[in-house]
Amino acid sequence: MNSIITSAVLGVIMMFSGIFLKKNSSIVLLAILAMVALLAMAILEMSGFHFFPVETHDMLYFDVFGMFFNCIAFAATLAFFLLSGRDIAAIGHNPGEYFALIFFVLCGISIASSFNSLLMLFIGIEIFSIPLYILTGSDKRNLKSNEASLKYFLMGAFSTGIMLLGIAFLYGASATGSFFLEDLGIGKNAGSPMMMTGLILLMVSMAFKVSAAPFHFWTPDVYDGAPTVVTSFMATIVKAGAFIAFIRLFKDAFGDLKHNWQIFIAILTFFTLFIGNITAVFQQSVKRMLAYSSIAQVGFMLFSILGLNVMAQEGILLYIAVYSLATIGLFAILTRMKDFSFQAFNGLARQYPVAAFSATIFLLSLAGIPLTGGFMAKYYMIASVMETGNFFWLVVFALLCAAVSVYYYFKVIQAMYFKEGPSQELELSPAFNVLLISLALLIILLGVFPELLIDRLHIIYI
Amino acid sequence: MPIDNYIFLSLALFCIGIAGVLTRRNAIIIFMCIELMLNAVNLLLIAFSKMHHATAGAVNPDAGINGQIFVFFIMVVAAAEVSVGLAIIAMMYRNTHSVDINFLNRLKH
Repeated sequence: MNSIITSAVLGVIMMFSGIFLKKNSSIVLLAILAMVALLAMAILEMSGFHFFPVETHDMLYFDVFGMFFNCIAFAATLAFFLLSGRDIAAIGHNPGEYFALIFFVLCGISIASSFNSLLMLFIGIEIFSIPLYILTGSDKRNLKSNEASLKYFLMGAFSTGIMLLGIAFLYGASATGSFFLEDLGIGKNAGSPMMMTGLILLMVSMAFKVSAAPFHFWTPDVYDGAPTVVTSFMATIVKAGAFIAFIRLFKDAFGDLKHNWQIFIAILTFFTLFIGNITAVFQQSVKRMLAYSSIAQVGFMLFSILGLNVMAQEGILLYIAVYSLATIGLFAILTRMKDFSFQAFNGLARQYPVAAFSATIFLLSLAGIPLTGGFMAKYYMIASVMETGNFFWLVVFALLCAAVSVYYYFKVIQAMYFKEGPSQELELSPAFNVLLISLALLIILLGVFPELLIDRLHIIYI
Repeated sequence: MPIDNYIFLSLALFCIGIAGVLTRRNAIIIFMCIELMLNAVNLLLIAFSKMHHATAGAVNPDAGINGQIFVFFIMVVAAAEVSVGLAIIAMMYRNTHSVDINFLNRLKH
């Protein structure tokens, strides 16, 4: 409960900060301090300190998995604020409000990571979607941003409608008429046509939210049109939040009916890996390439829903941490550049060796090269499916796709190190460089010692 | 009346909504069709709520009440969504003087 209430309150505080603080830099500083406070609250909650004893009537259920995810998401947001805080404030005229909306999104994410009832799932997903529609359109004079925002809004509202129909069917099929996850997959109607319809509709709408193919078509346009800082946030933390809701829903509610729905998830995974990776190869702009790469990465994350074992839980948290840090770092560099084509990266290594080196680590991690966190994350995902003994063909296919992904990630590295380009003026302060390099080192550390992160999941707090 | 009739009615309304979203070009009309989808779901939830009450009401007088509570939440969230959505459409109208979603093709290149 700490993180839900604190993030909502901090959001309100940020909203009114514009009245008292006139300078952008002080608002950014306030946002960073607020984020540190929120992270501290989440960590304290995980260690057993609950400051807000609220009776939730079992609608919310706080387990270590969800609370640990909150800590990871908040830590990633803190890194995002430190790297790109100035760019968030520079989107438009009301810097306080952008930060406020981000805090409201985090509130929705912390509800979505701890729901125990379909009502809370719906509320959580709406709380993090609605502020995002606004953030996507926050560059008000830019037509592309307008367009992205309208498209995201229409697609988001449409998928919400589908999700609600699924929830209604599940409610009708449940034996006692309840929305609690533990009551859904049991009783005389378990596996009945009405229940399966509801389950598949819910799966489709969640696939929309995490942008798994074939429901990904809005993603590249929205990610391309939104202001680059917002894209960075959407592609990492928000996507991870939606994914945690997805895995929680299918583990807690429908884990026993696994054999009825696993094949659909396998098909989703296949298309997501295939379309994400193949289309990313043909992109001319790095921003659009990263949008497709985020679709491809979701393909790997979906393996955790196929596995649904302890290894899948450990793996998805590692995956989210590593993927978010790497993508946030890359987008932070991209935000400072004027154009997003591959040519813009030509000769970057000579001018800005630190930024180029960290970008290389981030790209290697996304591609899943050993010694980086991305390798261990992909290893855990695949190992969790191998443990169940099914879907061997999908594992082979995923490895082939990972090989394809090396091509488009290395295209950026090649441009930075082996091509000559005109010199360009990027505003990379020493503090920014230090942060980038420490993110890169963190990713390598997680690649060598993933248990540093994973073991936290198994500590029992009293 | 059997529950099937309510399901068919709600599904028909829902499908009209989907057809509208997929075929119309005016952002406001698409928006209305999405609202129609949500209201179809509300109707279905109420029907199921009554169904659960009819089967278990004798044992537990509160049976089926949570379906109706869910409907209130859907209405509230839909209202929040409308306020943001209309603001986005108004913002687009200011820049393009049109609410036609054929404008949305600029990003595909």
